[in-house]
Amino acid sequence: MQPINEMKLEFVSKSSNEAFARVVAAAFASQLDPTIEELADVKTAVSEAVTNAIIHGYENRYGIIKMVCRQFEKSVEIEISDEGKGIENIEEAMQPLYTSKPDMERSGMGFTVMQSFMDKIQVRSKPGEGTTVTLYKEFNSLDGLQ
Amino acid sequence: MDIKFSNRGSTLIAMFTGELDHHFAEYARNKIERELMKATTRNVVFDLTGLNFMDSSGIGVIVGRYAKIMKLGGRSVIICSNQKIYRLLEISGILKLMPVFENLDSALQALLSA
Ligand SMILES: Nc1ncnc2c1ncn2[C@@H]1O[C@H](COP(=O)(O)OP(=O)(O)OP(=O)(O)O)[C@@H](O)[C@H]1O
Ligand SMILES: [Mg+2]
Repeated sequence: MQPINEMKLEFVSKSSNEAFARVVAAAFASQLDPTIEELADVKTAVSEAVTNAIIHGYENRYGIIKMVCRQFEKSVEIEISDEGKGIENIEEAMQPLYTSKPDMERSGMGFTVMQSFMDKIQVRSKPGEGTTVTLYKEFNSLDGLQ
Repeated sequence: MDIKFSNRGSTLIAMFTGELDHHFAEYARNKIERELMKATTRNVVFDLTGLNFMDSSGIGVIVGRYAKIMKLGGRSVIICSNQKIYRLLEISGILKLMPVFENLDSALQALLSA
């Protein structure tokens, strides 16, 4: 399926960019006129993925995070990637409550939150090369419009 | 993000405003810890009414403080009326640890009666 609109953003792995990234993603998605609830879901999922890139991917060191957002007729796809540490075992990492940093007050719920706030998520990762998380959401509120 | 504190007897009320994410987690943690050091504090009310955003980093902050309050023999409760944040609390399993109320009166009532 061809996107009807697309944007790319690159930013440094600073925690102040978490809010920036989620606001940008929501602003772009809002062109499709979703509900406030649907936008809030997108914001939360983006925040989780960007936070993971900063804490786990780059382990709070300097790095570049890329975000690509694509609009379709009534859905969005948001790709968030880092060139950091990578994930050894994706299946294990995605289990609810699994965290590699329990000492840092992580609850291991980030992926579970992304999964329940979005329709689908896909994780690709290679240890030593980095991680890409793709988030998909359909705006069902747009059904029956036009 | 900010937190304002008030006291009702031995209960500390922590009123959050703004957006609680990883960026503000450490600030929030330190601010609450400072209040917990005060001998007068026993129970804590986490009032999330003024938050317009929270993600799993906020869960980490609350669960971390919950553990500490428990150790000190106190109890903690949450006030939350935002549906999105409520769903996050639900997903994270925090509802199994602490009760959630819609307003301060019912939160304080619960702490008093138990
Ligand atoms: N971008 C990433 N790079 C490397 N490892 C990652 C990345 N994202 C997630 N992980 C790994 O997957 C685990 C689970 O991630 P998840 O977001 O579910 O939990 P968490 O970040 O540990 O805790 P929480 O999100 O609840 O604060 C992490 O602990 C980490 O080991
Ligand atoms: Mg996470």
